[in-house]
Amino acid sequence: MNVLSTCAASACQQAVCRALCSVVTKGNIVGVPVGTHPYHKFEIMKWNGWGYSDSRFLFNKKGQAEFTGKRYRLSGMIIPGLKDWFEGTFGANLQHKTPPTPLLTNTAVPPATLNEAFVEEVKSTGIPFSHDAEDRVFRAHGHCLHEIFALREGKIGRVPDMVVWPSCHNDVVKIVQLACKHNVCLMPYGGGTSVSSALECPPEETRSIVSLDTSQMNRILWIDEKNLTAHVEAGIVGQDLERLLNESGYCTGHEPDSMEFSSLGGWVATRASGMKKNIYGNIEDLVVHIKMVTPQGVIEKSCQGPRMSTGPDIHHFIMGSEGTLGVVTEVTMKIRPMPEYQKYGSVVFPNFEQGVACLREVAKQRCAPASIRLMDNEQFKFGHALKPQVSSIFTSFLDGLKKFYITKFKGFDPNHLCVATLLFEGNREKVLQHEKQVYDIAAKFGGLAAGEDNGQRGYMLTFVIAYLRDLGMDYYVIGESFETSVPWDRVLDICRNVKARIIRECKDKGVQFPPLSTCRVTQTYDAGACVYFYFAFNYRGLSDPVHVYEQVEHAAREEILANGGSLSHHHGVGKLRKEWMRDTISNVGMGMLKSVKDYVDPNNIFGNRNLL
Amino acid sequence: MLSSSGVVVDEEEEEQEEEQRGLWCSGPFGLTVFVNADKMSSGAVYSHKDPMLKKRDDFEDILEERRTSSDLRYALRCYTPVLYKGVTPCKTSVLKSMVLQSDQLHYVINQVSKESGRAADDVREEASAILEEMAHSLQLSTVRFFAFMLSKVFKTLFRSICVNEEGIQRLQQAIQEHPVVLLPSHRSYMDFLLMSYILYTYDVALPVIAAGMDFMGMKFVGEMLRMSGAFFIRRSFGGDKLYWSVFSEYVKTMLKNGYAPVEFFLEGTRSRTSKSLTPKLGLLNIVMDPFLKGEVFDVNVVPVSISYERILEESLYARELLGVPKPKESTSGLFKARKVLSEDYGSIHVYFGQPVSVRSLAEGRVNRCQFNLVPRHIPRRPSEEIQSFVNDSAYRLVRAQEENMVLKPWVLLASLLLQNHHQNRAAGQKPGMALDELTTQAVWLRDVSRQYGAFLHWPDHTSPSEVVSSGLSLHRALVRVCEGRVQLAVEQGEQGGPGDPRSTVTPEEELLSQAVVVLSCASYRNQMLHVFVRPALLASAIHIASSNQKQEVFNSFSFLRNMFSSEFILCPGATVQDFEEACYLLVKTGVLQVTQQEVLVTERGHRTLAFLTSMLDPFLQGYQVVCRFLCEEDTETLTEKQFIPAVRKFIVNHLLAGRLRYAEVLSSDLQKNALAALQRLGAVRKIKGVEPGTLKVNRVMVNSLEDTLGGKLPTQKSVSARL
Repeated sequence: MNVLSTCAASACQQAVCRALCSVVTKGNIVGVPVGTHPYHKFEIMKWNGWGYSDSRFLFNKKGQAEFTGKRYRLSGMIIPGLKDWFEGTFGANLQHKTPPTPLLTNTAVPPATLNEAFVEEVKSTGIPFSHDAEDRVFRAHGHCLHEIFALREGKIGRVPDMVVWPSCHNDVVKIVQLACKHNVCLMPYGGGTSVSSALECPPEETRSIVSLDTSQMNRILWIDEKNLTAHVEAGIVGQDLERLLNESGYCTGHEPDSMEFSSLGGWVATRASGMKKNIYGNIEDLVVHIKMVTPQGVIEKSCQGPRMSTGPDIHHFIMGSEGTLGVVTEVTMKIRPMPEYQKYGSVVFPNFEQGVACLREVAKQRCAPASIRLMDNEQFKFGHALKPQVSSIFTSFLDGLKKFYITKFKGFDPNHLCVATLLFEGNREKVLQHEKQVYDIAAKFGGLAAGEDNGQRGYMLTFVIAYLRDLGMDYYVIGESFETSVPWDRVLDICRNVKARIIRECKDKGVQFPPLSTCRVTQTYDAGACVYFYFAFNYRGLSDPVHVYEQVEHAAREEILANGGSLSHHHGVGKLRKEWMRDTISNVGMGMLKSVKDYVDPNNIFGNRNLL
Repeated sequence: MLSSSGVVVDEEEEEQEEEQRGLWCSGPFGLTVFVNADKMSSGAVYSHKDPMLKKRDDFEDILEERRTSSDLRYALRCYTPVLYKGVTPCKTSVLKSMVLQSDQLHYVINQVSKESGRAADDVREEASAILEEMAHSLQLSTVRFFAFMLSKVFKTLFRSICVNEEGIQRLQQAIQEHPVVLLPSHRSYMDFLLMSYILYTYDVALPVIAAGMDFMGMKFVGEMLRMSGAFFIRRSFGGDKLYWSVFSEYVKTMLKNGYAPVEFFLEGTRSRTSKSLTPKLGLLNIVMDPFLKGEVFDVNVVPVSISYERILEESLYARELLGVPKPKESTSGLFKARKVLSEDYGSIHVYFGQPVSVRSLAEGRVNRCQFNLVPRHIPRRPSEEIQSFVNDSAYRLVRAQEENMVLKPWVLLASLLLQNHHQNRAAGQKPGMALDELTTQAVWLRDVSRQYGAFLHWPDHTSPSEVVSSGLSLHRALVRVCEGRVQLAVEQGEQGGPGDPRSTVTPEEELLSQAVVVLSCASYRNQMLHVFVRPALLASAIHIASSNQKQEVFNSFSFLRNMFSSEFILCPGATVQDFEEACYLLVKTGVLQVTQQEVLVTERGHRTLAFLTSMLDPFLQGYQVVCRFLCEEDTETLTEKQFIPAVRKFIVNHLLAGRLRYAEVLSSDLQKNALAALQRLGAVRKIKGVEPGTLKVNRVMVNSLEDTLGGKLPTQKSVSARL
């Protein structure tokens, strides 16, 4: 699936780049370099929703859902079950539409406050920059619900006053120096997929805000096959990194759900986690060396030793710093030979409890496949509703047979059963052996193997779910996902309590229809798991749906913390979860981080005010 | 179908209620209420609604149907209660093995084994034996047997058993949503059989009930009770880790899985005085724990108020309080109780209160993150935060029980007759009061108590004199009517006519037999104490305060409240709220005028005020006598054990000498509470003397407390409670 989508993407991008050149010559962008990525992202991507402009869900004239475009496996397909699921789950109605404001009106964008001296000096360095409304608006938000909702309404708050596109480490050094010299606020921008309000411009910021877009720093500088490392510029986005490495027969194996758009620098700055971390590790395991430009200068280690005992690891000041200390410019990362064989799989469990017990056992035996995820019953139904139209009567007959076998013959209650999706990777023999081991464990917990197809569809859902939110927003439905990590003994409790809390809060806050409140366990660790919650509701009849949404999400986070969950597993803190930082890391911990910030950036040049 | 005689509330009045609450916060009497966040939340715990506007459900008599249809068919009918989230009931053996295999028990077994050097298997055996001794074995057949038998018994004993059906519906709903804890008030052995009987009648899931081990003494009955859902706990197992662990895990397992509602008595034991007892926190701690640790989303706690028009154990309790030791529960003793079957015990009212969500109680009060850093199955002492939360909740729940206790007209009569009895004695007048005088006063008190929010069951369609005489006739063991005058049945010695060889009763015996009647009557009066206790404390405070300066009155109020906090249900830390509530009620009923500076009694307020002060007077006098005893007697070697007999002797002498008029001071309950108060205030300390539990008395302090109670010394300003 990935291969398909990325190929399509690159073809498309080439076309766009050609178109872009003419735009550049027209004026706003000063400077020459043309990368593989567009300066004007909005030309291939939605300015007020998720992903590519050509890919979106819609209900066609017959009332059937379809997914447009050509990038994804689901593209161009009819999804017959979605309408009923959508209407049934949310009480939504295709007659009740809430279309977005179609075009960005420049008048809605506040005029840029430029620091003329800074602009002049940047101009003299030849680094491209822009103060076009579209460019600025695009870099003023991530993908939190309130951010997208406001954009759809055409409401624009404080946005960066200027965008600069450095094309290498030295460009960044220059920009940071100039920013310090002229007291300009810098906000690093990678892929723009943040879901923590990290890209929101602090409204109280009076200085000129400059968005430092790393997208043009996207080269693999070298590959070291002896040590299996690659030195990469931090602006590269996930899918390009994998594609380029694949060309040499390697991969990083780091695949966060946002990998189509998120950047290496962003992963480092937020402590990202990838789907296949069981084999390849999370970002902190993958990184060998980091170069970051700060107002105090460049920070990096002097060697690439695989492990060091040299005091606290300075990488850990950088990882998770969320753009408050500087700009990550170059990263040396571990790489691996591409896996020879990949196999999806799925297991159906009679209930969620059994499923969690199985995952716990798999973690205990340390035999987790590249990815193992457990969806609860609601999500299983959701996944089911996303089945594309089957091509033959035979497949549909088979499906019917499977369903009959599981529910009638095995006695699984369709309202309780849940499904785990699996992804195995490695050499063929080992994969098959591994697969057997996992299925044997599953069988002990009442799990039944449910085929590759179900597994693969589960992973596809990951990539299209963000597109689905846009569809919901066309019909009064808003939603979001959030995550946490929690010790094993708390997994069931936290899932139950947070879901129940969401439902209760919705009721209390006057939501007219029962919400969708569902979860899945997406990562396993020795001592716990990562849990993802999805939550959406129909907001007809509410005067301020976003406020209600925020209150419910806030309550849900309180519930997570009260149940022993962490503030975040990989989304980060940003400004959305800042209020809980002190309780999370203690006063002393806050003081430590603050003193680092005070030393590295005493004038708060990196003033996005995340984290602390 | 009987209807509640409580004030009916319509929409408009509810609005008014809202308004008043708003007013309340701003401090209607210009009181500077120092409200910090903590106080605010505890303020929210105690209801500050106008008690006059309380809305209550109607009752339905469940015996009515029993009198007209077959008991056998009733006992054998199809019983299919709805359980929590549709769980299926679980076999006793399965439940036991769940408990024995639990992480918590596993941990404690290993710990005990390590500490004691015993083999883990050995300890596990012991745990298993404890569980055997404890566990219920609910069987439907036994329940059916009880349903049949109790139908017969109840129909003989009681005129009606009235239940609020809406409460049952709320309970039914609550059971399906979250695990449920039932908290009935405890006034009689009858209580838990009655509860199960009612729940069976309404097809509600039968509870498992925490019962004291003393029932186990009754071999056959104990087993019967076990099969009807009782589980047995030892009265004291202080340091026994293993026992505690088995016990708490057993309760939590039942609760968390929602197999059955868990029922226990918050008061810990039957109240012999009809006053609610200071709540015990052990079990409440256990049932709140699964919520606090996130093992369930919420727990619903349902207070249940069971009011008996006439308590079966009436004179038994009085004797017990007077020091006639309580007979050990035995099966033969129960059969002797057969003679009670021939008597009329009036009606019972059972009110299922509003389910209280533990989650909402804990909201903003408990930081549940405190359980994040230690595995939840390792037993730990609850933190101070949790302890104070559970304590406040317990008080709140007891108050919720009190609020919905139904008062019969007799309760008013008992109060009036008692007051009259003591006044006449003091004045040396003819005993008793004229029937029509009693009726007039009862009507007055009816109106007053309704104003104060009492849940009074006064049949409005019957004439007052009929109401009064029906009340008197049900309690003919306690009152006599002769020559149109009503008096307590104390004047003729109970035992022995002239021909009896033992007719030479000593004055002390005479006194004690009178005291039985007085204490019985007092127990009915006590039923309405919760309605009046706050205004009565204020009335007494005005009485003993040296001036009517508001701050002075408040100081006295605060002193008395502190003094009596073991005696009555007074929520900890709510002095200011209670003062405000008392002021509010007395101002609203025209008894007081409260200005910025002063508390003034109005012209027409004296009657109510006199009634209120006399209501509290026995307690004031009683505490003073206890103080005097501690000051005057040689208490050098007094131990806790010797205290009650010694103080009783002292009081008997005072009563016989006419230096004290209240025979009810002989109640050991009052004496114990007084001692507890003195210990709490630091005037008496328990020390390890020659014998354990020796009491060390600070005579100066006790003396000054006595004088303050008597209004001879001004109350000292306490630092913690200021207006």
